[in-house]
Amino acid sequence: MTQVPSIAEEQASTPLSSAKSATIRIARFNPEHDRERKFMEFTVPYQKWTTVLEAILEVKKHFDHSVAVRYSCRQATCGSCGMIINGKPRLACFTKISELDSDVVTVEPMNNFPIIRDLAVKFERLFDTHHKMKPYLIRDDSEITSNEKEFLQTPEEVEQYIQFSNCIKCGLCNSACPTMATDSSFVGPQALAQAYRYVADSRDKGKDSRLKIIDESHGIWRCHFAGSCSQVCPKGVDPAMGIQFLRGYLLGFRS
Amino acid sequence: MRESTIMKIHYGTALAAVALVAVHVLMRLTQSFAESLEYGNVIANYQFLPYAGMLEIILILLSIHGFNGLRVILLELKQGKTYEKAVSYGCLAGMIGLIAYGSRTIIMVNMGMI
Repeated sequence: MTQVPSIAEEQASTPLSSAKSATIRIARFNPEHDRERKFMEFTVPYQKWTTVLEAILEVKKHFDHSVAVRYSCRQATCGSCGMIINGKPRLACFTKISELDSDVVTVEPMNNFPIIRDLAVKFERLFDTHHKMKPYLIRDDSEITSNEKEFLQTPEEVEQYIQFSNCIKCGLCNSACPTMATDSSFVGPQALAQAYRYVADSRDKGKDSRLKIIDESHGIWRCHFAGSCSQVCPKGVDPAMGIQFLRGYLLGFRS
Repeated sequence: MRESTIMKIHYGTALAAVALVAVHVLMRLTQSFAESLEYGNVIANYQFLPYAGMLEIILILLSIHGFNGLRVILLELKQGKTYEKAVSYGCLAGMIGLIAYGSRTIIMVNMGMI
């Protein structure tokens, strides 16, 4: 463990008069030459609105620019900055240090993802399984051609899936999933929630093909309904509920 | 076989086994526990055809449910084409073996061979 004691005053962008300071413990690991993960500690001042991402960027700016972290929008929309913060998968840009009730903030890369370096992980598997679910409307006609009408839906029909369309593909659900930890072929809660999003859409006609995709040995039936995916979702998607609804289709309770 | 079909069988066998095992336990309550395990009583149970039939059905239900459960656990433990095939066929063989061995016992006792 390496302790970096103080901030370089002349370059500080966060006011140093801040009453509080937090210790940020960042997991460092480079698979190319490290055998095991080690933690580096940095002391960073924070205000009640300071997010974990801002603290990490502060560390990058003043202490160690080599800390690898992926981020973009800083407003919980792009889904880039998912990481384990004090043991729980969260978006770093959506988590304030002040709400963690601890002056020690430990940040680690997401579980169940291969690590690129430090806090950045590979998303290939998540995107592959998402793509496998055919995340688009399947039907023979189109609303793009001029003589076709747009596909109208009642508010009740929209309610069936709208919650599931909020997914930002941050991967926190997959990171929290206990099945993903042991079953490297499991499609995962993100992909299953997206399968439900389109299966439940009244405009979509690809239900049978999607149900066929998830109905295999490492598909929907390997979910143990731990519900941790729904607990950690920053957008309130509730993949566990979507998985149960999908099972309903496969068991013949829903049509 | 589709996984949903297998899981329907899995859930169905569990429900049916719960019902039949409940009948089996209730039958045991007609006498004391020690008495129900006496050699003569056990043989008599096997020789009573409806009861022996129910035991056979329980054996089949629990073998199917149990070995499929084992298959699911083993599939989650490790992945790989050869391994998964070995697990699936191994569990199927185990299931058939257990049913055959249990049936042999029931049939032999029922026919008075023991």
